[in-house]
Amino acid sequence: MLDRSKIGHEFPSFTVDVEKGRLRFFAKAIGETNPIYTDESAAQAAGYPTIPAPPTYMFSIDLDGPELLPIIGLLDLDIGRVLHGSQEFDYLGQIYAGDSITQQCKIVDIYDKKGGALEFVVQESSYTNQNGELVGRARQTLVYRN
Amino acid sequence: MPDITVGDEIPALELPPITRTTLALYAGASGDHNPVHIDIDFARKAGMPDVFAHGMLSMAYLGRMLTNWQPQVKLRKFSNRFAAITHLGDVITCQGRVVEIIERDGEFLGRCEIQAAKATGEQTLVGEALVAL
Repeated sequence: MLDRSKIGHEFPSFTVDVEKGRLRFFAKAIGETNPIYTDESAAQAAGYPTIPAPPTYMFSIDLDGPELLPIIGLLDLDIGRVLHGSQEFDYLGQIYAGDSITQQCKIVDIYDKKGGALEFVVQESSYTNQNGELVGRARQTLVYRN
Repeated sequence: MPDITVGDEIPALELPPITRTTLALYAGASGDHNPVHIDIDFARKAGMPDVFAHGMLSMAYLGRMLTNWQPQVKLRKFSNRFAAITHLGDVITCQGRVVEIIERDGEFLGRCEIQAAKATGEQTLVGEALVAL
């Protein structure tokens, strides 16, 4: 059984620079063809100040922290048995190339199903830009196969 | 006149078959370096027959479908559960439709049911999006 006392645990906050080249690489990797995600002048022509981060990019901010998936170490997980159960994003603003985004993440629930064969870890994250604006929130459920 | 009405189909997005290159590029670009998606030796030790696709890759495909349809600034919420694993060679198609118009915090939003599915029809991601009218 995963350590239920870790419910409420807050991971150290960290700040990530959203780089234009990284956004272009991300766009390429997902096959994005809309030029606003790769070309600054196309983004500006569409009314954006510069290249926006695509809707799921907040998850990549999570992965750019000082430790890849700190939940693994905290709960002593075997990464080969972790599956992604669900993912939710709320958009309160936009993230753009050049932004510095501060991520904060905490564990909000740990529970099990099927007599403990599957355990679920729910984490919530928030994303705040360099101007102090809360631009997004995420809620993620990981599934652990015991 | 709102350009989003109940019953509207979101133009579908059909992806090329998932390859090892797709997964390697997504691992690098997304920062998700979990070896189960890129290292067959590791995947086998974890009890899987081979590497398999990141769930978030397919969610990014759903995101492409949404932002091809409506500008990203209108997206308010986007969520899904991961219903089945996407394997190498799978051809994923993203689809969605507007099922309801709701009001939230004084703003009218189209609630869309969205899904990603394999060519067999098996759903891999099932979720919803809220998009401002």
